Amino acid sequence: MHFLSAGMSAVIWGSGQFRNRQWLKGLFFLFVQALLVFTELITGTWNVLTGVAEGHFRNCGFFIRGIWGLVTLGEIPRTSSQVKIYDHSTMLMIGGLVAITLLIPFGVIYVINIRDAYVTAKKLRQGERVSSLSSIKGAFERNFEYISISPGLILMTFISLLPVLFSLLVVFTNYNTNNIPPRNLIDWVGFRTFADIFQLPIWTGTFVYLFVWTVIWAFLAAFTSYGAGLLQAMMINSPLIRAKKFFRGIYMLPWAIPAYISLLTFKNAFHSAGPINRFLLELGAVDSPIPFLSSTGWARACLVIVNMWLGFPYFMALISGVIATINPEINEAAEIDGASSMQLFRKITFPYIISATAPQIIFSVTFNFNNFGAVFYLTGGGPSNPDLRFAGATDILISWIYKLTVDQRMYNYAAAMSIFIFILLATFSGLNLRRTRAFKED
Amino acid sequence: MAVRPKELGPKKRFAQVVIYFELIVVLVIVLIPVLWIFSTSFSKTNSVSDLNLIPRNFTTLNYKEIFTETDFAKWYRNTFIVAVLTMIATIIVNAFTAFIFARFPFKGRKPLLMFIMLFSMFPSFLALTAIYVICLNFNLLNNIYTLVIIYTAGSIPGNIFLVRGYLLNIPRTLDEAAFIDGASKLQVFWRVVMPLASPILAFIAVTSFMGPWFDFILPRMLISANEKTTVALGLFKFVNPQDPSYNVNYFAAASMIVATPIAALQMGFQRFLVTGITAGANKGE
Repeated sequence: MHFLSAGMSAVIWGSGQFRNRQWLKGLFFLFVQALLVFTELITGTWNVLTGVAEGHFRNCGFFIRGIWGLVTLGEIPRTSSQVKIYDHSTMLMIGGLVAITLLIPFGVIYVINIRDAYVTAKKLRQGERVSSLSSIKGAFERNFEYISISPGLILMTFISLLPVLFSLLVVFTNYNTNNIPPRNLIDWVGFRTFADIFQLPIWTGTFVYLFVWTVIWAFLAAFTSYGAGLLQAMMINSPLIRAKKFFRGIYMLPWAIPAYISLLTFKNAFHSAGPINRFLLELGAVDSPIPFLSSTGWARACLVIVNMWLGFPYFMALISGVIATINPEINEAAEIDGASSMQLFRKITFPYIISATAPQIIFSVTFNFNNFGAVFYLTGGGPSNPDLRFAGATDILISWIYKLTVDQRMYNYAAAMSIFIFILLATFSGLNLRRTRAFKED
Repeated sequence: MAVRPKELGPKKRFAQVVIYFELIVVLVIVLIPVLWIFSTSFSKTNSVSDLNLIPRNFTTLNYKEIFTETDFAKWYRNTFIVAVLTMIATIIVNAFTAFIFARFPFKGRKPLLMFIMLFSMFPSFLALTAIYVICLNFNLLNNIYTLVIIYTAGSIPGNIFLVRGYLLNIPRTLDEAAFIDGASKLQVFWRVVMPLASPILAFIAVTSFMGPWFDFILPRMLISANEKTTVALGLFKFVNPQDPSYNVNYFAAASMIVATPIAALQMGFQRFLVTGITAGANKGE
């Protein structure tokens, strides 16, 4: 009668285990069910005191209310401060996501509970007696890997996965400055956000403009930093040079100082009345201050140059490390064969460095694609450009998203952009990563 | 390695001069912004246009005033607490998870790795809106420990790959020998693998300790109370003309106090940092 045990466990968790005389295990499953029911009960109001129709989902506990909220996104907006009972759409959405996320492990335990009751009952019938303790121990041993990675995965679920899911959902709503909860309710609107972006010329125009600049910026920023780092690494590692440690130490400074401090300092330095302009004016090199941060071309140039200042030490250190791993015998052999130092570099050192650092170059491109800090602190996205919607000429997609989110509260548009960037970068780096050995291995 | 000048032919001599010239030009370019901050922190001017290479109206008052007139000490303490806790949590979570991913073949390992990789691709801002709402819901705003949890979770995707890559290069024969001697998986982790992985762990320790000193956006979203503010947020107030506590000299002085130990730390751990960033290299061959 092993079906009976399973059936019992399906109704009251652990009861099948009790029937199989596995008390400890049964208690565990019973406890989990009690926890679920208890949480639902104490988080709901379950009465009519609030004046809303009895049995309304709003008064249910965390789990049922969560699912109801996710489906409807609420029913009563808070049109004035007199409204005491109201629904807050975003809260309901997050609550629903959290509820479902928490229900998943409960569901898994529920299934295990039924299967275990069934399997153990079957074994019992065949005359095998398994104590709770030894079977729990066995389960721990078998699932050691999963149990060990679960703290990390749980953290990621709540801090990384939930927000991604939230953004995914927001794209399909009208959550923006016209609908801010709790004054308004948000509604599911399907693909209207995408339709807006690709049909309203100002949105499409802004998106295309920023996308092109972001791609140019990402490659330009990565390759200028890489180039400068390569140059400095070669210079420092030249056998003609002494005091390598001194130079290297100083060159590491831009990496060691918090970037926002340097960026904000540069911002002040490039100011029209700042020291660079003052110096140039005193020198007589220019007649009027150069609009470093207020003309598009100059601002972009400044961005690339300052980013190079910030980024070269990383590549210098990286490439120096790679150079140290080159077998000196190869170079010596080439020198004996009469290769010049330029040939040595072009034919041996450079290809070796490139192949060893290719993943970092790719990573640097994706990093700069989302290099919010450089844009935000140095130019703030400026100078302004009337053709762009909520963006300036040096804004990259990520800083536009920031403005859309924090300043403009256009959450649904920002979410659509984020998902676009996500898909783009995931494809780009996914393709590249798969080719590297770090992933192929095992 | 350095060759003495007298041994050099004229061509090499010329190359040497060119290289030294280049090195010194770059040295100046690197140092000028640092000098700006340094000398502004000793000036009393409070104006953007007065970034100077030599202090104007030399004074040490800024260093005193940021402690007496502003909440800088509190911000510093907050950031320090967050940094230390983040460092500890990051090492534990990443080392252990990466160990499992590097050493034990279990079902679903590859899809999980791919999944974790994907997360590092998602723009963090939108995540922040959701994190903000979650924290609001669970009453976690204005709490520095929330920052610790989020920094730790955020460190997982990048660091797991780093540590795992490093561990893959440590021969398995060592842990197999330990298993034969009857060590448990946990013992192998603590006694065998961790000591061997210490360079990469040092790298993670340094980078995760520095993160909170560098980060602005997360505290900006989650912290509004002045007494919970971190230094990045506080410094931004000093340099934002719209803020009542705008003061360029304070900004410079505070920057010096924040950046000096961080820079010293980074310099001191340079060896580990290079190990860390090169650990990912050499994989492309």
